[in-house]
Amino acid sequence: MIRFLLTKLLYLVPTFLGITIVAFGFVRVLPGDPVLLMAGERGLTPERHAELAHQLGFDKPVWAQYFDFLTRLLHGDLGNSLVTKKPVLGEFLTLFPATVELGIVAIIIATLVGVPVGVLAAIKRGSWFDQVSMTAALVGFSMPIFWWGLLLIILFSGILQWTPVSGRISLMFFFPQVTGFMLIDSLLSGQKGAFVSALSHLILPSVVLATIPLAVIARQTRSAMLEVMGEDYVRTAKAKGMPYSRVVMVHALRNAMIPVITTIGLQVGVLLAGAILTETIFSWPGIGKWMIDSISRRDYPVVQSGLLMIAAIVMLVNLLVDLTYGLINPRIRHK
Amino acid sequence: MKLLSRSLLAASALALMSAAPALAKTFVYCSEASPEGFDPAPYTAGTTFDASAHPVYNGLVEFKSGTTEVVPALAESWDVSEDGTVYTFHLRKGVKWQSNDVFTPTRELTADDVVFSFVRQGDATNPWHEYIPGITYEYYTSMEMPDLVKSVEKVDDLTVKITLNHPEAPFIANLAMPFMRIVSQEYADTLAKAGTKEDFNNKPIGTGPFKFVAYQKDAVIRFQKNPDYWGEAPKIDDLVFAITPDASVRLQKLKANECQLMPYPAPADLATIKADPNLKLDELPGLNVAYLAYNTTVAPFDKVEVRKALNMAINKQAIIDAVFQGAGQVAKNPIPPTMWSYNDAVQDDAYDPEAAKKMLADAGVKDLSMKIWAMPVQRPYMPNARRTAELMQSDLAKVGVKAEIVSYEWGEYLKKSMEEGRDGAVILGWTGDNGDPDNFLSVLLSCAGAKAGGANRAFWCNQEFSDLLTQAKKTSDVAERTKLYEQAQVIFKEQAPWDTLAHSTQFVPMRKNVTGFTMSPLGDFTFENVDITE
Amino acid sequence: MTETVTNTPAVKLSDAAIRRRMLADFWFHFKQNKGAVAGMIVFVLLVLAAVLAAVIAPHDPTQQYRDALLVPPVWQEGGRADFLLGTDAVGRDMLSRLIYGAQYSLFIGIVVVSIALVGGIVIGMVAGFYGGWVDTVIMRVMDVILAFPSLLLALVLVAILGPGLLNAMIAIAIVYQPHFARLTRAAVMGEKEREYVTAARVAGAGNMRLMFKTILPNCLAPLIVQATLSFSSAVLDAAALGFLGMGAQPPASEWGTMLAEAREFILRAWWVVTFPGLAILISVLAINLMGDGLRDALDPKLKKS
Repeated sequence: MIRFLLTKLLYLVPTFLGITIVAFGFVRVLPGDPVLLMAGERGLTPERHAELAHQLGFDKPVWAQYFDFLTRLLHGDLGNSLVTKKPVLGEFLTLFPATVELGIVAIIIATLVGVPVGVLAAIKRGSWFDQVSMTAALVGFSMPIFWWGLLLIILFSGILQWTPVSGRISLMFFFPQVTGFMLIDSLLSGQKGAFVSALSHLILPSVVLATIPLAVIARQTRSAMLEVMGEDYVRTAKAKGMPYSRVVMVHALRNAMIPVITTIGLQVGVLLAGAILTETIFSWPGIGKWMIDSISRRDYPVVQSGLLMIAAIVMLVNLLVDLTYGLINPRIRHK
Repeated sequence: MKLLSRSLLAASALALMSAAPALAKTFVYCSEASPEGFDPAPYTAGTTFDASAHPVYNGLVEFKSGTTEVVPALAESWDVSEDGTVYTFHLRKGVKWQSNDVFTPTRELTADDVVFSFVRQGDATNPWHEYIPGITYEYYTSMEMPDLVKSVEKVDDLTVKITLNHPEAPFIANLAMPFMRIVSQEYADTLAKAGTKEDFNNKPIGTGPFKFVAYQKDAVIRFQKNPDYWGEAPKIDDLVFAITPDASVRLQKLKANECQLMPYPAPADLATIKADPNLKLDELPGLNVAYLAYNTTVAPFDKVEVRKALNMAINKQAIIDAVFQGAGQVAKNPIPPTMWSYNDAVQDDAYDPEAAKKMLADAGVKDLSMKIWAMPVQRPYMPNARRTAELMQSDLAKVGVKAEIVSYEWGEYLKKSMEEGRDGAVILGWTGDNGDPDNFLSVLLSCAGAKAGGANRAFWCNQEFSDLLTQAKKTSDVAERTKLYEQAQVIFKEQAPWDTLAHSTQFVPMRKNVTGFTMSPLGDFTFENVDITE
Repeated sequence: MTETVTNTPAVKLSDAAIRRRMLADFWFHFKQNKGAVAGMIVFVLLVLAAVLAAVIAPHDPTQQYRDALLVPPVWQEGGRADFLLGTDAVGRDMLSRLIYGAQYSLFIGIVVVSIALVGGIVIGMVAGFYGGWVDTVIMRVMDVILAFPSLLLALVLVAILGPGLLNAMIAIAIVYQPHFARLTRAAVMGEKEREYVTAARVAGAGNMRLMFKTILPNCLAPLIVQATLSFSSAVLDAAALGFLGMGAQPPASEWGTMLAEAREFILRAWWVVTFPGLAILISVLAINLMGDGLRDALDPKLKKS
């Protein structure tokens, strides 16, 4: 197992280096000059421009800038934002929990709904439930979520006024950030109604974000179940007179879960991409919106370090999925 | 669900009430963007100043609410020497600094704080100059303070003497700008000792009407009434900024009474806002101008007649209607009508395609094709440059001029439009910083501005015009300056380096029960006088 | 899609009868899937709308009727018969814009899939065929691309290339291409030791011929399925980029761009927000339905996964 892990990690090193090159390189070929954007309509004298470029290190050769970037990275320094002048890592850490909270709740919704629906659809293959749920899943899979979010806002916040328009919690609640997760912090604060308020703010964006993963998981669960239920051992178990529910729950479901877990793991990239849109629509203070803003402001350090962090997270989650997969399915390990 | 949340709200409101001795009055402002930081000096965005300079800090002088008139603030009075180069400020007595969890002031405001506020920006060797890596003082630099200020000296605890290198009438208006807010030297010392210098930018300490409480990035900023404020105490207890970048979401929050006031409504929503019985809408002409700058150094645009003819070919009213959706007015001068010295006697070149055609023919211009530069971004003075350019294009076609619309990424646009020999006319604009006409005319139209690094995008250098501006800077007599600027506007109109397009109008929607809010022509949002009536 | 299968020249079975038989077989499986048939009908209608846009659209999609701003759909009070689905903020006919929008979406899908497919096949083929360090380097590069969330990477690429429809398509194609490369590589590695390949090699076929004429046709099934999937995702992602202001630029009637422009009217004029999104949903759904059917019909083996 340890060896398996080490090989996997070793494998990641060149990929990670590649990611640093891509993140750094992309940012350098972005058209536009952050120094000029800082000055706006007013303009800068060439001397002042040179001075600022020097101060920000943009006058060094590109390779030197890249090695500076790498060196600082090894010391855990991701640079300072050109706009706020604050450390990028600090900004990332304050915003990241908001995205994670949204993502976790979304994946929980997707799994809690998607897996049972998939299982039921598989058991009742061909029934109206199967047909309706799988059609719904395909609709969900085809959903432009930015539009879906707008529709839900019109309906639930505009017409019905059940949910708040945007934000993470009602402004009347004010308590220190302990974990950065509003649901947990609101409970820790002990303030009455804070948790409900946080939950009511979270519900629409997480449902929107969950839409596509939910559809994928439901479809995947159904086909995995169908496949497993056709296997010999399940048929044997059935033949041996084991109760049907036990066959399904113990044998079929457990084995069907292997590909499903992989699917869930692979949704992390989907979730991060979806977070960009969801956060934009709901004004959710997470890293998706932060990245978009930074790209348009040409905030080099934020864009390159943000890209890097996000790619690193996707990579790590994929590794975790691989490991889980290895745990559940020992055959992989020995290969 | 609605009922449930209401009763929950009531329950938690009750809980809050029992905790607080008296019912706290909270005012929520749905702000448009996150502040870059809370130290007002290193930043340039209005949204940053709304969250730092205005609630937390004071300047020596400030703009009177709702005007661009400079009034005393931390300086009770000031004297200017005969030659206009020495300013002596007499500070207000007994101004208390705010406190927070890491700082309790031991002294009141003194001349030391004022000196510190200047030197940290002007002196690169000061340990507080670059207290965060990469920090710079763009406003201080771009307002040419380094060239202007010779020395800042403490005379006694409550007197500061500032010596200038040359007389400069707009100097006092510069001091009222947000970047020149007075910060506490004692706080800086405390933080330096604790090794947490960056808190100077994260946990601001000032003398203003509100104390900073907390900021949650991209989400919410909280302020509290400053009980020791030297001026009139604010009427609200808590001031909250709910950061909401999207205009339609802001409006929904306002409608739901999740906030009581918001900036920058979408033009499309103005009618809805006016119709809503719970809302009211304030409006004020903005201190700005949108223009089309010809390159006056390139043929045939070096000819006054050609520029005039093109100006007459463009239907500006149509732009106001279609692009500004009525939220603006046609411009005839380079400065807005709300600014002092605005010359209303100037006659605009009337829209007259026939005459324009004839003028072009007389000037010997045939089959002219030109480029129109359209900015890629929306600015307060220009909601949609692309659409403006499209309208111009069709207007120009009517007088036989072929126009091609070009655009670049915003940073590139700013750079390329200032390159020598630029091909085409550029749509751009300006928002005033300090209400002084010099802040428009010198920056945008003087000979000095036509050089690299300037902002004179017409590359227009008229000696007579520039001399008038220089002369006007040397005296602080407003009547005399007004006369000079009025004359300059006449020359500008005769020479027509720009087509002056529009001055946009600002709108601020708020709940009906909000009182005491005054719109600022500079686009500031300040809340020390607001109140909510029940 | 069906043509790609039957016309693949390299299937050395030039016998027309066999080809017809394959087609019939495919159609037999495909038509059993009602959803797929429905999807195909919608898709054909979409193609017709795109091709005949100039004929069937009642108005010019960029024509601004200044006297008809934000007119609601015809069945609602205040609606007008000449604007069936109403007009937008500057008085353009919604229906005509939606019809012309179909052109954009199909165009985007075709271009993105073509670039990604061709690029992916070449790269994957080279990696799988040559193996060794070539394979390692190529696959690590693909890993790097796949480590970024697709939309984020596309956003950055568009920022680099400059906002616009063409650049958005290129960016999306680059982001999709590794999927095709991986599939091709896996298929090639499975096929290249098979007997028929060895036979062709012995017969003196060059590497190019081996790669693209001998092996490729036998790896097509998973690629076609991936292509349909990418077609629908491309439409979605291009719309998302348009929505974020980085895709097709106004006044183009691309559906995502229309949504972005309409966003400020969300509470005032539901139709400008609802219809473009619905158009995206319906076309993506149709393509996905068709893709499902295609997958099942093309390869019963893939049916399970």
